[in-house]
Amino acid sequence: MASILAVDDSASMRQMVTFTLQGAGYEVVEAQDGEQALGIAQSTKVNLVLTDVNMPNMDGIALIGALRALPHYKFTPILMLTTESALEKKQEGKAAGATGWIVKPFNPDQLLATIKKVLG
Amino acid sequence: MAIDITQFRQVFFEESLEGLDAMESGLLQLAEGTPAEETINTIFRAAHTIKGGGGTFGFQELTSFTHVLESLLDEMRSGRRLVTQEAISLLLQAVDVLRSMLVALQAGTEIDQTQVTEFQTQLEALWHGTAEVTPHPSAPVKTAGDPVRSPVSVGWHITFQPCPTMLQTGNDPLRMFRELETLGTLTVQVDMTRLPAFADLAPETCYLSWELTLHGAVSREQVSAVFEWVEDDCALSLTPLSVPQVPEDVPSLPSPEPAAGVERRAGVERRQSTAAADMNSIRVNIAKIDALINTVGELVITQAMLSQLRDGFDMRHLDKLRDGLDQLERNTRELQESVMSIRMLPISFAFNRFPRLVHDLSQQLGKKVQLTISGEQTELDKTVMEKIGDPLLHLVRNALDHGIESPARRSEVGKPETGCLHLHAYHQGGAIVIEVSDDGTGLNRDKILRKAREQGLVGEDETPSDEQIYALIFQAGFSTAETISEISGRGVGMDVVWSNIKDLGGTIAVFSEGGNGTTFTIRLPLTLATLDGQLVRVGGETYIVPLVAIVESVQIDTTLIHTVAGQSTLYKLRDDYLPIVRLGDLFCVQQAGGAGSEDLLMVVESAGRKIGLIVDELHGQQQVVIKSLETNFRRIEGVSGATILGDGMVALILDIAGLLRLAQYRGGMSIELQRGETARYAA
Repeated sequence: MASILAVDDSASMRQMVTFTLQGAGYEVVEAQDGEQALGIAQSTKVNLVLTDVNMPNMDGIALIGALRALPHYKFTPILMLTTESALEKKQEGKAAGATGWIVKPFNPDQLLATIKKVLG
Repeated sequence: MAIDITQFRQVFFEESLEGLDAMESGLLQLAEGTPAEETINTIFRAAHTIKGGGGTFGFQELTSFTHVLESLLDEMRSGRRLVTQEAISLLLQAVDVLRSMLVALQAGTEIDQTQVTEFQTQLEALWHGTAEVTPHPSAPVKTAGDPVRSPVSVGWHITFQPCPTMLQTGNDPLRMFRELETLGTLTVQVDMTRLPAFADLAPETCYLSWELTLHGAVSREQVSAVFEWVEDDCALSLTPLSVPQVPEDVPSLPSPEPAAGVERRAGVERRQSTAAADMNSIRVNIAKIDALINTVGELVITQAMLSQLRDGFDMRHLDKLRDGLDQLERNTRELQESVMSIRMLPISFAFNRFPRLVHDLSQQLGKKVQLTISGEQTELDKTVMEKIGDPLLHLVRNALDHGIESPARRSEVGKPETGCLHLHAYHQGGAIVIEVSDDGTGLNRDKILRKAREQGLVGEDETPSDEQIYALIFQAGFSTAETISEISGRGVGMDVVWSNIKDLGGTIAVFSEGGNGTTFTIRLPLTLATLDGQLVRVGGETYIVPLVAIVESVQIDTTLIHTVAGQSTLYKLRDDYLPIVRLGDLFCVQQAGGAGSEDLLMVVESAGRKIGLIVDELHGQQQVVIKSLETNFRRIEGVSGATILGDGMVALILDIAGLLRLAQYRGGMSIELQRGETARYAA
C-alpha cells in the first residue's frame, strides 16, 4: 500500500490526518516539522508528502524546496495544507515545487478524495 | 467513509491551550521590547493552529474569532504593522478570551457570547483602524463542505497544454485525465507536434499537449477543479459543448441553509464532549516511551535467561543465576525510573503563568519588576506540580505586593528602579528545590522578634537565630495584618503556604537580608509515589523513616539522658537539649531493654523542630513504594503510609511531623516549652 509522510506541528491535525489515512489503508509516517520530515525523507521513500505550511524550525515551503532537491523526491507528489487566506503561500509553494494543496479546514472525506486523486 | 472527528477534540483542546500559553509568553517578551522574529512567528503559529483546528474540528466560533487575531499577527509578522504596547495588551486579552472559549467548549458549557462579540469588535477596530495597508474585507471562513456549483453544461471541450516544467512539481496529466473520466465520458487526443527528435529529448520535460472532450452534466468549476493545481503551469481553455446554452455568469444560487439540523447535531456533540473533558491526560516525550519499551525488552530477555536456567538447574549454574538476578534488579530499577519519568514534567508548566501575572500585577501596583526564570527544565511529578502552583502564586504575589518597593522608594534607597524577581529550580538529591527571591525590602528581623515576644512565642531571655525568627512568619497565629503590615505584610497566608508544602512532604525556608530582599526556598520530593527511606527495627517491628527527615543517628550515652519535670525526657546532644521519645512507647511495641547504651538515637527534624527517636537497630536504606493506609485501613496519627518489604511484610512509614505532635501530647509538653527548647538548642 502507498505510504504517506504527514507533516504538521499541530498534534491534533496530525492525529486526524493519520487516523483518516490509516483507516483508508495507507501507511503513514508522521513528522512534526520540516526538519524532522526532511530527515525522514532522506532515508525513506514515500509515495506522497502532505505538509502544513506554518511550522517551527523549517516551514512547509522550505521543506518542499529541500525535498525537490533530493533525487528520489523529484517527482513525488507533495501536497500542502493551507488556509484560504494564504493565497501567496500557494504561489510560494508552487514555486518551491509543490504538486498541489488542500485547503483548511477540510474534513476526512475531502482529504481522502484529494489523496486518491494524486495517488490514483 | 465516516470518521468521528470528535475523537480528536481532546488533543485539540490540550494543544490549543498550550498554544495559548506560548502566545502569552511570546506577547510578554514582545512587551519587553524585544521583537525577535521567531517570537512573532511562534505567536502567529499558535493562532494559526487554533484557527485551522477550530475549522476542522467543528468550532466555528473559535475560527471566526481567531481569524482577525491571525490577520493582525500576520501583518505584524510581515512588518506591515508596528507592534505597539496597546496592541500587545489587546492581544493578551484576546488570549484570555480564547482561553475561556476553549475551556467552555471543553467543558461543554455555554460560551460568553457578549464578551466574545465585544472583543472581536475591538480587534476588528484595531485591524481596520490603524493598519497601514488597505484592509481587505474580512473573508468569511468557509466551512468544510461542497463547493458551490454553477450551472451545468452538457459537456466541455478542453485544450490542455502543460508548460514544459509541469512534471517537476509532481503533477501528472494522466492523473488529471483519470479524474475527468470520473465526471463523464472522456475522449482524449494527444498532440505530439512539439516532441523533439529523440536525441534532443529531455526526459523530465513535458512536450505533449492534449485535446479532450468530456461529455456529461459537468459544471465549469468541476472541470477547473481538476486543473486547479496546474492552472499557472499550463495553457488551458474550456469551451462548453453546444446547446443548451447556459449563460455563464449567472450568480450561483445560495445553497439551502441546513441551520436547524446542524444546530441540533452540535448540541448532541457538546454533550458527548463533556464526558471527555474529565479525562486527565499527560503528553509524554517519545524518547521516554522509547526508553520504557527498551527497558521492558531487556526485562523480557532477563526473564527468558532466568527461566532457561531453571530448566535443569544445578549448583554449577549458581554464578549464572546470581548474574541473572543482578541483571533483573538493574532492569527493574531502570523500569521503575522510566515509568516514574513519564509522570515527570518540566517545572516550566508551573512557572509559565508568572510572566503574565507579574506583568499585570506590576502594572496594577505601579511598580517596575523584571521577572527572570531559570532551571525551568527541571522535572517533577505532575501531581506535585499541580499542588505547588498555589503556594508559588502566593509567594510571587507577596513578593510583588509587599517585597518589591515602588520605583520612587527604590531610588531613594539607592536601588535601581526596576525590581528583580527570580524563580529558580534545580534538583538536589532526591528532591527539587524551588527558589523565589526578590530584591525588595526584605523581612524586618527585629520587628518579627518583638512581635513574637509579645505573643509569647519566644521567651524574653531567648536569642533565636535569624533562621528561626524568619521561620516564625509561617506560624498561623502570626498572620494578622496589623502585626506585619508595616514590616512587609508577608505574614498573610504564609501558614497556608507552609501547610500546603508540608502536605507534599516538602519544606520551606526563608532567608532575608534586611533591606536587600527575601529568598524563599522550597524543597519538595520529586514524586509522591516513592520515598527514600531508612529501615529501623523497634522490637519485632520494622518502620521506615523518610531519609529527608533524618539529621543524624548516634549511639546513646545513658549519662546524657535527663528527665525533667513531668515525664518529658531530654538528651544532651553536644550543646543542645533534645526531647527524646522511645518509638516503642509511642506505638505500644515491646522494645528491648531500658534506655540501654545498645540503643540508637535517631535525630529527626520536621519544620525546623527536632526530636530524638530511640530505636533498636538500623537496617538498610531503600526506596519504598508508598501505599496509602487510609484507602486500605484507616488514618493513624504519626504514620503517613505503608509499604511492602522484600519479604512480604508490611512496614509503616513514619510521619515525622505527626510524631512530633504525638510526642508533645504524650509527654504533656506545652507547645511553648517545645518552641523554647527548639530555640535554645539551635542557638
